[in-house]
Amino acid sequence: MNTPLNSFRTMPDERGHFGPFGGRYVAETLMPLVLELEREYRKAQADPAFEAEFNDLLEHYVGRPSPLYFAPRLTEELGGAQVWFKRDELNHTGAHKINNCIGQILLAIRMGKRRIIAETGAGQHGVATATVCARFGLPCVVYMGAEDVKRQSPNVFRMKLLGAEVVPVTSGRATLKDAMNEALRDWVANVHDTFYIIGTAAGPHPYPEMVRNFQSVIGREARAQMLGRTGRLPDLLVAAIGGGSNALGLFHPFLDDPSVKMLGVEAAGHGLDGDEHAASLLGGSPGVLHGNRTYLLQDEDGQITEGHSISAGLDYPGIGPEHAWLKESGRVDYTAVTDEEALDAFQLLCRTEGIIPALEPSHAIAAVKKVAPTMPKDAIILANLCGRGDKDIFTVAERLGVAL
Amino acid sequence: MSRLATAFGKAHPALVCFITAGDGDTAANLDALVEGGADVIELGMPFTDPMADGPAIQSANLRSLSAGTTTADVLRYAAEFRARHPHVPLVLMGYANPMVRRGPEWFASAAAQAGVDGVICVDIPPEEDDALGPALRARGIAPIRLATPTTDAARLPQVLEGSQGFLYYVSVAGITGKQQAAIESIAANVARIKQSTSLPVAVGFGVRTPEQAGAIARVADGVVVGSALVELCGAHGAEAPARLRELTAALAHAVHTARQEQLA
Repeated sequence: MNTPLNSFRTMPDERGHFGPFGGRYVAETLMPLVLELEREYRKAQADPAFEAEFNDLLEHYVGRPSPLYFAPRLTEELGGAQVWFKRDELNHTGAHKINNCIGQILLAIRMGKRRIIAETGAGQHGVATATVCARFGLPCVVYMGAEDVKRQSPNVFRMKLLGAEVVPVTSGRATLKDAMNEALRDWVANVHDTFYIIGTAAGPHPYPEMVRNFQSVIGREARAQMLGRTGRLPDLLVAAIGGGSNALGLFHPFLDDPSVKMLGVEAAGHGLDGDEHAASLLGGSPGVLHGNRTYLLQDEDGQITEGHSISAGLDYPGIGPEHAWLKESGRVDYTAVTDEEALDAFQLLCRTEGIIPALEPSHAIAAVKKVAPTMPKDAIILANLCGRGDKDIFTVAERLGVAL
Repeated sequence: MSRLATAFGKAHPALVCFITAGDGDTAANLDALVEGGADVIELGMPFTDPMADGPAIQSANLRSLSAGTTTADVLRYAAEFRARHPHVPLVLMGYANPMVRRGPEWFASAAAQAGVDGVICVDIPPEEDDALGPALRARGIAPIRLATPTTDAARLPQVLEGSQGFLYYVSVAGITGKQQAAIESIAANVARIKQSTSLPVAVGFGVRTPEQAGAIARVADGVVVGSALVELCGAHGAEAPARLRELTAALAHAVHTARQEQLA
């Protein structure tokens, strides 16, 4: 397929830059490894056997393609555009995270790495990584903030059942960014045999591009399914954004379809007017953290500030660099919804469609709830239902004042 | 001749001492390092996310930030140090984000005004030199790069390109303050690097005792000690300057006399 001259799908450049964002801001010890990773990834991309194995595992292990679902009662309730969902919450392990983990572990094996590390916030990426490590028989160490270990004990137990070692991180403020710092410290000390499976489309090049490409199966399937079912493309794509991998996975295959608008939804926490949010794009500014230049939550001296969201998976003070570029290019619109709005949307989907969504896609649903009534009834909204909500029932119960 | 060139041009190897700015009485701690015999001072700029550092320097960063240290404070410590010690080279060491927050030109110009001689930025590799390097070089501040055991012969020229002041050889693939590499491996790597550059080579990461420092001084142009000093700042509060002076003096003696013992 020829890419048009004004394509939005040709990023990053050969240095891993998305315009002024992205790059490889890592310590010298890691640079040779990051360069080797890029070389090996290029070789894997050119190898039909790699793609065949990836696709085979996605079909028979993950359960792809995930369904494209028209939500009739939600559509009726909102009284505007048709609402459709890409059902990535039906994947093995319950979220989109597994798509990326399959791709990265196949690459790790190609590179002869014998040990896998990962960071996790809520535990979804940790569970997905522990899962693929069990599947391929590789030892797995998951770094998780000590605070998150306490808040997410079911996922900690899942990871342990799957054979992973979960290391509680007490440095810094003991949350996701500190877990990522600790994973980087492990990696730098064990570069000879260790592969770091990063969970979102961030980090040093080639991670943002590689994770996006592994997750793009979501958008490729959705595009074909939508064309097959309705004979046309959707008018609007909606996805929640923490680091941004589920959104890029959905958006990227549509970026050069000019009729398709896109909306990324950040976590506004208690509101964008205070500090208690995790909206790096709408409430942050450009800076350098964890290997890339992107939008960050930071103070005037460049010290990183803590985000807040009811959704632990969105509670990260940065965002993938491609989103920073898509925002500045104007191709994708970004908005934010609060904890309260997400919680309402969570209950709305339970009630109207019999689907318990994770709190992350509940942010996307909250945005759909606002925008669908403003669109004509023949318009089509496609939102990414990137995770299921079983893991979140304790948080939701607490917020609703229900003792379990 | 620049202050860094003078320090590395002495008849003996150089002792490079690191502490974190804003962790205790910074002025008194810096003076103690100079009085103890440090040839080059590295002043750490605190950052919330010190990814390349071990527990000792991580804690120092947090102590400093909890005490309210700002970038303006760090630059003020540097400027006051320069006024008190006109001839001792001072290098700022830290992470990219606090350095580029207001733009590389702002940072380079503020550092130059404060009398800073060099800058070590842990997470700006040569590939991203544009982010800070040109602004530093334009104002006569040395961008000091790191080379590591993973920096192979093919990559070394790229690391050296645009490096100034000295080359910081990280002796272990890992974080600060942990184990030290075998002296044989350090000697071989320093010799390999020196074949490709006329820059002085200082060795750091995991160097804690006068014995270790002396052994490295026999094979390198300089020895960097950080975590062992930073631990004293954390443990001894108001008594830290005295402890720092004592350890620095022992390290300086070992480093400065290392080659005499070798000849004897």
